[in-house]
Parts: sequence; C-alpha cells; structure tokens
Amino acid sequence: MPVNMKQLINLVEKEDWPFTQGHRLCPGCNAPMVAKWATMTAKALGYEPVVGAATGCLEVSTTIYPFTSWNIPYIHNAFENVAATISGAEAAYRSLLNRGRVKTDKPIKFIAFGGDGGTYDIGLQALSGAVERGHDFLYILYDNEGYMNTGNQRSGSTPPGADATTEPIGSEKAGKVQFKKNIVEIIGAHENVYAATAVTSDPFDFMAKVEKGLNHKGPAFIAVLAPCVRFWRIPESTGPQITKLAMETKYWPVYEIDRGVYKITRKPRNFKPIEEYIRSVGRFRKALQHPEYKEIIAEMQRYVDTRWERLLKLEEVTKDLYLR
Amino acid sequence: MPTRLAVTGAAAVAHAMRQINPDVVAAYPITPQTPIVEYFAGFVADGIVDTVMVPVESEHSAMSAVVGSAAAGARTMTATAANGLALMFEVVYIAASMRLPIVMPIVNRALSGPINIHGDHSDAYSVRDAGWIQLFCENSQEAYDMTIIATKLAEREEVLTPAMVNLDGFITSHGVEGVDLLDDEVVRDFVGIWEPKYPLLDVDNPITHGPLDLFDYYFEHHRQQQEGLKNAYKALPEVFAEYEKISGRKYDFLDLYRMEDAEYVMIVMNSAASTAKYVVDELREQGIKAGLVKPWVFTPFPKKELLEALEGRKAIMVLDRAMSFGKEAPLYSLIKSALYEAKDRPMIGSYVYGLGGRDVTPTMLKVPFEDALKGDLDPNEERYLGLKE
Ligand SMILES: Cc1ncc(C[n+]2csc(CCOP(=O)(O)OP(=O)(O)O)c2C)c(N)n1
Ligand code: SF4
Repeated sequence: MPVNMKQLINLVEKEDWPFTQGHRLCPGCNAPMVAKWATMTAKALGYEPVVGAATGCLEVSTTIYPFTSWNIPYIHNAFENVAATISGAEAAYRSLLNRGRVKTDKPIKFIAFGGDGGTYDIGLQALSGAVERGHDFLYILYDNEGYMNTGNQRSGSTPPGADATTEPIGSEKAGKVQFKKNIVEIIGAHENVYAATAVTSDPFDFMAKVEKGLNHKGPAFIAVLAPCVRFWRIPESTGPQITKLAMETKYWPVYEIDRGVYKITRKPRNFKPIEEYIRSVGRFRKALQHPEYKEIIAEMQRYVDTRWERLLKLEEVTKDLYLR
Repeated sequence: MPTRLAVTGAAAVAHAMRQINPDVVAAYPITPQTPIVEYFAGFVADGIVDTVMVPVESEHSAMSAVVGSAAAGARTMTATAANGLALMFEVVYIAASMRLPIVMPIVNRALSGPINIHGDHSDAYSVRDAGWIQLFCENSQEAYDMTIIATKLAEREEVLTPAMVNLDGFITSHGVEGVDLLDDEVVRDFVGIWEPKYPLLDVDNPITHGPLDLFDYYFEHHRQQQEGLKNAYKALPEVFAEYEKISGRKYDFLDLYRMEDAEYVMIVMNSAASTAKYVVDELREQGIKAGLVKPWVFTPFPKKELLEALEGRKAIMVLDRAMSFGKEAPLYSLIKSALYEAKDRPMIGSYVYGLGGRDVTPTMLKVPFEDALKGDLDPNEERYLGLKE
C-alpha cells in the first residue's frame, strides 16, 4: 500500500520526526529534504529506519557533537564506506535476529545516505560490492553534482560547463568537459537491484520510490537531484524548482530500473530546451560566455534528446522482463 | 575433554573463532591470512557455526563492515595481513575511536614494497598508534589462546577497545603443530555474550555513532580512548588469570625465559622467540647467564614490567623484525625509553632481523649475545642479522 498523506500527517502530528531541526546545513540546501522525506516515509510505513551517512555536507552539518539532528539510530564511519558500513550493520541484524537478540518487533530498515562524491567516485567500489552481495538496504544519493563539503570541487557527477574549483573555467580551459557518469545505469546493471532517479520538486514520486526501495528485498538505490544553493549559485528558495526544470529539459530524467525493467515515472507533456536549464543555474554563467557556447548547447541538446529516446525504447523492450 | 589437534596456526585460530561463534565475520583474502577465513567459511558452510559471513570486495570494506556490525551490537571479527591492513588503515583508527571491541587476527607479513608475501612485523607496527590492543604470539597454541583472551578483554566495559592478535606469516600460520583446544562449551562460557550498552539497533534509544567531533570534544574523546587502554592494562592480568583457570596455561605481559639470574637478555616477539629460547639453552649449557623476554602484549605497552625485568642486567639486545626508516627500530626505541628510568642501566643494542620472511637461525641469534659478551653494544647503532653485505 503506497504511503499516503494521512500516514504522513499522523506522523507530523505526533511530532515523531526521525530527522529533526537544529542541523547546520545552509538555508535552501536540498539535502535535508531528502533525509527527512526518506526517513519519514520509512516511519510512516511502520519500519524502524537505521541510517548511515557518508562524510559530506549532510553528515558534518547534522551530527556536530554533542548535538544531533537524528532522532533514529545513525552511524557515520568515513567518506567512501557508507555502503560497506551499512552492509555490516545489516548483516549484524540478520545474525542477531536469527539468534533472538533483537529487541524490537518492528522490522528494521537500513538507509544509507551519500553525496555524489561519496557515491560516484570514492565510494563506488564499496557500493558496488554491497549491491552485488545483495544486502537488504536502501542507498539514497543526494546529488548536488560536486564536492560541497570541501568547497565546490568537481565530482564524477559535475556536468560539463560547470565551474568547479578543481576544474575551473579559465582562459585556456573550458572547465569540466566530461559528461556526468550515469550512476543509475551503473547500479541498475547489478541486476538484483531497484534503482531510480528522483527530484526534490516531486516529493511524492520520491516517497513512492523510497517505499518501493524499502519493500524490495535486497539492495535499492535512489539518486535524487538535490541542488546545493551555493555551488549552483541559485536563489535559496529555488532548489526544487530548478530540479523540476532539470526534469522538463530532459537533463535529469525521472525513471526507475526495477531488476532490469525500465520505467519513466514522470513524462513531462511539454519539454523545454536544455538552454533554459543552463541559463537558470549560476554556475554555468561563465560557460555562457564561451565562444563556442552555441555548439556546446547544441551538443548537449542532442545528448539529452538521444538519452530520452533511448529510455523510451528501453521502457518498451524491457517491459515485464524482470531479470531476477 | 580438551582435544589435542595437529593443525596449522591458521586452523588453530579458525577453531578459536568457531568456538567463539561470533555473530558476524567480514573478511577479504590475503596471503598468508587467507586460510583462517577459508577454514572459518567452511565451518559456516557446514552449519557448524551460525555466524553471518560477509565476503566483502576489499579489506577497506571488511573493516568498514565490521565497524557497522560491531556498532549494531554484534560480536564481530575479521582477519588480515600486511597490504590488507594497510588498505584498512583509515578505518582501523575509526574502529578504535568508536570503541568497538572487534577482534582481528593479523598474520604478520611484510608491508610492500617491494611486494613480498612472507613474514615480518612491519604491518603490525604500521598501526601501532591506531588505538588497538596488540597481542603477539609465538606459536599456534598462543594464537589460539590469545584469540579467545582478546575477545574477553576487548569487550570489557571499561576497556571497549578493538584487539589484534599477531602471529607470524607462514611460520605460525602454515606450520603444523600440536594445539590443545578447550571444550567448545568452556570457550563459550568464558567469552559469554557481549551486551553492548549503546547498540545501533536499539531503535527505542537512538544514538548517533561516529559524529563530527570538533575541537571542543575531540581531545576529551582521545583522552577517554587512552583510559580504555589504561584499563586494558589493568584488566589483562585478571583476564589472563581467568584464562589460566580454564586452560591451565599461564600468560602475562611478558614471557620471561630463564630470567631469574640472567645477565644477557634478548628481547624478541613472536615465532623467533622459539629459536631464541633454544639459543639461550645452549648458552646456559656453556655457563653463560643468558635469558629471554618475549612481550605477549605490545599495546598497552608493558613499560613497568619491562623496567622490572631489565633493570640491573648486564646487556639487553632488542630484536626487531621491521625497520622504522630514519629512526630507531620500533620495539628498540620503546625499550630504550622504558629504560630511561632505570637506576642501574644495562648496555643496550638494536638488531634488525628476518625482514620479508628471511630465515632466522640459531647461529644468527647467537651474534647479539656474542657482541654483548665482548662488551660491544652500541645504543646508537642499528645492526642487521643475516644481511648479505
Ligand atoms: C578518504 C577521504 N578523502 C577525502 C576526504 C575529504 N572530503 C570530505 S567530504 C568530501 C566531499 C564530499 O562530497 P560529496 O560526497 O559530494 O558530498 P557533499 O559534501 O556534496 O554533500 C571530501 C573530498 C575525506 N573525508 N576522506
Ligand atoms: S554547501 Fe551546498 S550542499 Fe552543503 S549544506 Fe550548503 S547548500 Fe547544502
């Protein structure tokens, strides 16, 4: 049964917030929304969430000793190993359950949060290992497309044309030129997994995916486009709006790969040109002045169109062909 | 009825793990540690233990997973060697600072480079400041015993510090010896069930593990870690005594061999101590007052016990199976500093031996004694045993 408004309202009225106030993430940051919605959904569904986080903005801003914003069990280990850490905790749960040593009757669900750096780059091996081993956990990537905690460096998720401190746009170099790594395809290719993308402008789509991920017996992965207002150079109140535009311009298609079966979960009726998205995000400002700007935009438009076409076709050919 | 088995050191450790029956074991293979995990995986596959095994994709994830598991409240073990330990390094520190009583046998092997799969102690020394209890074993029997002792010690509430059990690569891990095993129930009763105070899985009392610790508390937490090791120092004699009750085998901070009236004392850890004991016996037959000190406990460092054992002797020869580049050898420098407070200071000399698994012969171990007998020990000179020069 999908999580509904009533369940969420009940939770809010009880003030049983799993992720609560007092954190020091920047005003306008989209990461706390992701943390809050995911853990709320788990609670509303009657699960006991146990959370792990990788080093990054979400972690450093929510657990400054002796304070914590987590009203549920939480563990941070290091930058690259949240998936391995959670896989250990999940193994412990299985073992202690088997030995009759778990105190709660409610099912515990493990959720790992990682930034894009900790997921696309340094933590990819641990994540791949944990997914391959089939641990029962949900990994949520809040993708702000760069290393924010350490000051706007490029990551494997930073899009071309973005101005990042380790790959800045200068007179000789056009900043980052590589495209984003396609993390959902990488994780989806593990086959035993539920993998999806989401946007902060559509909490209900996200929560429905969290629910699917939690109910999936085995690993699940959701990549949420979650703007960093500082790096992206956007007004504080506009994060979710920008992710809506990202979806409407095919920059960030919202879809899922459920054990090999593709499904686009949000299909905008009218698409907007990618240029509209590029123009609305401050970090592309320098790229707009590039002499070959028109060509770059044309190339990007071609890329996102092709990817969309490809997704539509994958949706068609994989229909009901669950791999596992 | 205790059983005597002819087994390798690796199998002996795996049997200790089988009897402890930990909740979770996560590990990754590396020579010469691999057989420990292989034997143990066999016990799991045959249903002899009901431990959950996590065959991770790397040592980094092994140490990360055992942190998650131990934090969850499960008794957790792993094992590694050399480069595997090096890959774990970052998380080895984190495990100690999170006060998780993980037990990890280390099958000592040279830490690359160049790559070498044979034994020395460079791996163990590389993590000497990580905050783990470090025990060293001469043979398979000791490796078996210390694995059980480490589990009991690490989990004591006032200690809560992870522990490494060191045994020499190939020499101990792959050499077959007679090992006395305790009864399964005796071991299970001895280690009991670990009841952590703040497990991650206690969803009714949620705790944040591994928070960001800034300058206002980090220092204090390190101070508490230091207390944990001080408490381990206090608890060790008790745990050794308890173990003696169930096994009849007596352990201490130091294994003192023919030390009552010894004047010429060799200090060496792990398997080379067997050869050194043989050499001591030979010298004793010649009327030379030779003796041997073998530290079983490296961290917490038994400074007081060493001082007591060494003060007033004629000469001390410290043998290190590793170098500390640009500095004095690791064990030597600690022994030297322990002797600072001695009123009657012996002569002292530093010897490096057996790197990368180089064989250690009685002839080789006689050299330091001969130097000492000639009065030829230089506290500032590092000498090499069996080096082709
Ligand atoms: C092994 C290691 N390398 C580097 C760092 C430094 N570091 C901490 S957080 C971080 C970037 C985090 O970026 P991301 O995962 O994208 O999360 P965000 O900060 O954007 O939320 C880096 C490089 C570290 N803590 N550990
Ligand atoms: S720097 Fe960016 S990601 Fe980090 S807290 Fe601020 S807005 Fe969020």
